[in-house]
Amino acid sequence: MNTKKEKFPYGIPGHNLGEIEREIPIEEPPVWPVNDKLKVIGKRVTRIDALDKVTGKAKYTSDMKLPGMLYAKMLRSNVPHAVITSIDISKAKNLTGVHAIHLIENSPKEGEENTKGKYPMVKYVGQPLGGVAAESLEIAKDAIALIKVNYEEKPFVIDMEAAMEIGAPIVFDEPITQQEDGGDVGEVHDGSKGQGNVRGPSTSSFFGGPRGDLEKGFAEADVVVERTYRTQVHTHMPLETHGVVVDWKPDLMMVYTSTQNTNNVRNEMASIFNLPKSKVRVVCDFMGGGFGAKHSAGSFGPMAANLAKKSGRPVWLMLDRQEEHLAEGNRPSSKQYLKIGAKNDGTLTGIQQRSHGTAGVGLGAGVGRIAQILYSCPNFATEQYDVLTNAGPGAAWRAPGNVQGAFGLEQAIDELAEKLKMDPLSYRDHIDKSEVRKVERQRGAALFDWSRRQPAGSGKGVVKKGLGVGQSTWPRFVTLDSSVEIKIHNDGGVEVRSSVQDIGTGTKTILAQVVAEELGLQVKDIKVNIGDTFFPVGPGSGGSVVTGSITPPTRNAAFEAKKELLNLVAKKWETDAAELFISDGQVGHNTDTELKMSFKEATKLMRTSQISKTASRSDDYGGFQQPWGLAYGDLGSVQFAEVSVNTNTGFVKVDKIVAAHSCGRPLNIGQLESQINGGVIQGVSYALYENRVMDKSTGHMVNANVDQYKVPFSMEIPEIESIIVEEYSARSSTDAYGIGEPANIATAAAIANAVYNAIGVRIYEIPITPSSILKALNKVS
Amino acid sequence: MNKFSWYEAKSVEDALQQVNSTVSEELYQHTNKATVFKSGGIDVFDWVKEGLLQPEKIVNIRNIPGLDKISYDQKKGLSIGSNVTLEEIASNPEIKNNYLALHQAVNHASTPQLRNISTLGGNIAQHNRCWYFRSVDHQCRRKGGDRCFARHSETGENENHAIIDNSSCVSVHASSISTALMAFNASVVIINSEGEKKIVSMDDFFVSPAKDIGMENILTAKELITEIILPAPSKNSRSAYIKEVARESYDWSLADVAVVVEVSGNTCRKASIVLGAAAPVPYRSLEAQQAIENKIINNDNAVAAAKAAMAIAKPLAKNGYKVPMFTSIIEQAILQTT
Repeated sequence: MNTKKEKFPYGIPGHNLGEIEREIPIEEPPVWPVNDKLKVIGKRVTRIDALDKVTGKAKYTSDMKLPGMLYAKMLRSNVPHAVITSIDISKAKNLTGVHAIHLIENSPKEGEENTKGKYPMVKYVGQPLGGVAAESLEIAKDAIALIKVNYEEKPFVIDMEAAMEIGAPIVFDEPITQQEDGGDVGEVHDGSKGQGNVRGPSTSSFFGGPRGDLEKGFAEADVVVERTYRTQVHTHMPLETHGVVVDWKPDLMMVYTSTQNTNNVRNEMASIFNLPKSKVRVVCDFMGGGFGAKHSAGSFGPMAANLAKKSGRPVWLMLDRQEEHLAEGNRPSSKQYLKIGAKNDGTLTGIQQRSHGTAGVGLGAGVGRIAQILYSCPNFATEQYDVLTNAGPGAAWRAPGNVQGAFGLEQAIDELAEKLKMDPLSYRDHIDKSEVRKVERQRGAALFDWSRRQPAGSGKGVVKKGLGVGQSTWPRFVTLDSSVEIKIHNDGGVEVRSSVQDIGTGTKTILAQVVAEELGLQVKDIKVNIGDTFFPVGPGSGGSVVTGSITPPTRNAAFEAKKELLNLVAKKWETDAAELFISDGQVGHNTDTELKMSFKEATKLMRTSQISKTASRSDDYGGFQQPWGLAYGDLGSVQFAEVSVNTNTGFVKVDKIVAAHSCGRPLNIGQLESQINGGVIQGVSYALYENRVMDKSTGHMVNANVDQYKVPFSMEIPEIESIIVEEYSARSSTDAYGIGEPANIATAAAIANAVYNAIGVRIYEIPITPSSILKALNKVS
Repeated sequence: MNKFSWYEAKSVEDALQQVNSTVSEELYQHTNKATVFKSGGIDVFDWVKEGLLQPEKIVNIRNIPGLDKISYDQKKGLSIGSNVTLEEIASNPEIKNNYLALHQAVNHASTPQLRNISTLGGNIAQHNRCWYFRSVDHQCRRKGGDRCFARHSETGENENHAIIDNSSCVSVHASSISTALMAFNASVVIINSEGEKKIVSMDDFFVSPAKDIGMENILTAKELITEIILPAPSKNSRSAYIKEVARESYDWSLADVAVVVEVSGNTCRKASIVLGAAAPVPYRSLEAQQAIENKIINNDNAVAAAKAAMAIAKPLAKNGYKVPMFTSIIEQAILQTT
């Protein structure tokens, strides 16, 4: 491989910015300087589809209307555990306007006998059993109501701790073949080991397994904190529910869907229906949120396709809010035991973690890697168990596991600091090796005015103020399967194409920015066509991988296309192409200022109608920590929370959050702030409001709506101030990373620490409600 | 949602000719042949959308002329037509000046969008929000079943439920505006299909489930609320309303209280204290009233009244927090009247 040596900006401006030399492939574009010296990158660029979104012009999946299209509704179980003895569809079939009914049946592998019965076993309320396609949604719903499912009900278990007991009803009496839905980069939990309803433990992550000797570590400790923390089941609540429109043409299956992974949905549909990938096209132009729950075709995707096949018509199938709560994913609960020891000088000597969580009938209820890696500690071990219950399956949820883990760890560290008589913020200076979080603590503390913080519970009056802090880390993941095509048309138009979708964070806009910066054009000059599997493959919007994975090849492809264009101009001007540049839409010459040509004019020099360049993500400069795409460095954050607690009514209000974050080279300040706002709001909601409430005697969720499932509205949202710390690490041609997940990890922990600071009593369980505050204050007899 | 026919009522008489059931009756009996009223439609359509109510016909009473007036007279008091929207009440200056607690309660109810649509008649006649009652999968006693799921000491999810008079159904009434109306000794004017008019005090309007599990108020099928009337406030009367919620933007009450007092100097001569979200119907706390009447309104006496109100509370497994919460807001509301 031909290489060149280049000097890159390295470090944090205003702190330790310097340079580093890296040897990089010869074809890589020249080094970008820090953001201050760039024109489009790092600026507050309005998202390119903002107007379409706020005016309703943007078309989402549910807006799709195709000629002859039918509307479908799913049939779902209304018992938590049962064998289906029969399903009678005769009445539904005869309803006028019904075109197709499809029931989910066990399909044994070829040559195998079906020993499981005709229909899959029902394991939770809301499990999909079938679907109806009809001329209107109303008819489809009427038809569903006419289907009679006969059940042979079995004992069930909803409560996690009850499920762990010997003699509890068994959720799976067969081996579990499924794997955890961890989004793009979640760990895979092994469902094959364990007893009863308990699976696991997982004891290692891609950062390794246990280290050191815990017994020795705790023997060396002068101070120990030992606690159990609990977190609730939290559903995703994207404003746009899951759904799909399938138009199965003779030679092509068209799938319009709300997805954070067009490529994965395409692959799943191709595999399920035994089609070549080339004959399945998945399109997602606009998306109304996913938060981890929309990586797959689900059961609704194949259902719509089956109904389309049976009816010969396009089929629209969008889920409703209740279905969303019951069956389309959730953040699993957790019960985490944590023991942390430290010497009197604060040095950590041991961290022991043991967790149980339930993702219902799914796996993946661990508490992440945060206790393993956030602070340096020589002795560490974790055991993370999944507990199966008769409830809807969990799914990746904005920093899977780590949000639960942070809630425990960051409270324990706070408690440890207090035992050591150290300020919790300066204690973190002592035990946290991260340079970027150090800067975040400094800048955050200044903006937040951390010096106001008083000893816990020392406030006078009924309403007590409290200040708290929480930290997080999230790996820098890169999906190597990330490609982009850049086209320069001979009319001056520039187009970006990739299957990568914009989950709503502004991916389209940053791609336009990267190309505009490279081509010396404006953002409005770039047309971004993404979210379509007919284009080069892009990453899924999970793991905060998108920016770090797709922007370097985008820049590289634009650079290659530019080179080809400038070669044509150089030929015309009879000069060396290396002397040419494009700036403000003009091609110019480094030394001969007389030579000028507009970009549009330059594109007319092409002999063919377009220049097309495709580039794929390559290894990071300097390589990866792990070859599959675990990059060096991390995405650190420090969040500060200010709360008011009414000690008479138990009412908690989060007044303010200061969120200090890093994501390598920031690309679009406005969009980053917007993501931080979203992450913080979901964190506030997780800490105080949202909670899936299930009746243990019937197995039904009793708040599967937006009335009683409490998400925050305008008055619940605190003042949020963001600090975005630029951190250059010279790892790719853009050196940029995402921020989606980091924004959500530390919030609940910071709030819990602030509540403790306000009232002087620690709450070990979320959501923190008036009831839990009043109980903690011993006011409930 | 089932298919139903729609009837646009032209007058009260016309509407009463059409109707054949209350929503409560139909929820209890499931005839699927009911013709029911709809005004703002907020509550009734929730039931229809959930599939719990499958009416044959809906009679729209929203456009009946004459039911949408607010009138206030210093001597006669206040009359609010049943079709007056919550927003109209919230923005009425005479209500703010003379019935402060009502103004506060209406402003804290629901959301601005819903206040634009909801009518007062519908608000006081709405049904409770117990999530089992509202679930098609739980056949509770209010719907003709034989169980109260919420009451169960181990599995009942009863954090939002009643702490007083909870020996039958443990739901709490959903109208926090009724808390204030009852404290102002409001009455409900009801007309029946014979054209007879009756005036029922709010205290008698609501029906405790212990008395009749199938009803939340005294309305029968062939009856319609036309107005809600409030006596003129005495010169020395003062009022306050406080509501505690999980979310301030929009939420159902966890605990609310309305206090109306008549004072001479600092002394409370007469007190009307009503608790919302404490019992299956708005609960007049005679205990608190007695404790504060003829006493100086001060901190100690307010605390004593609040404690007296809560002395009879019998919380369920998950709603014990309501006792200190009520204690606090009753005390505060009493003190706010000084």
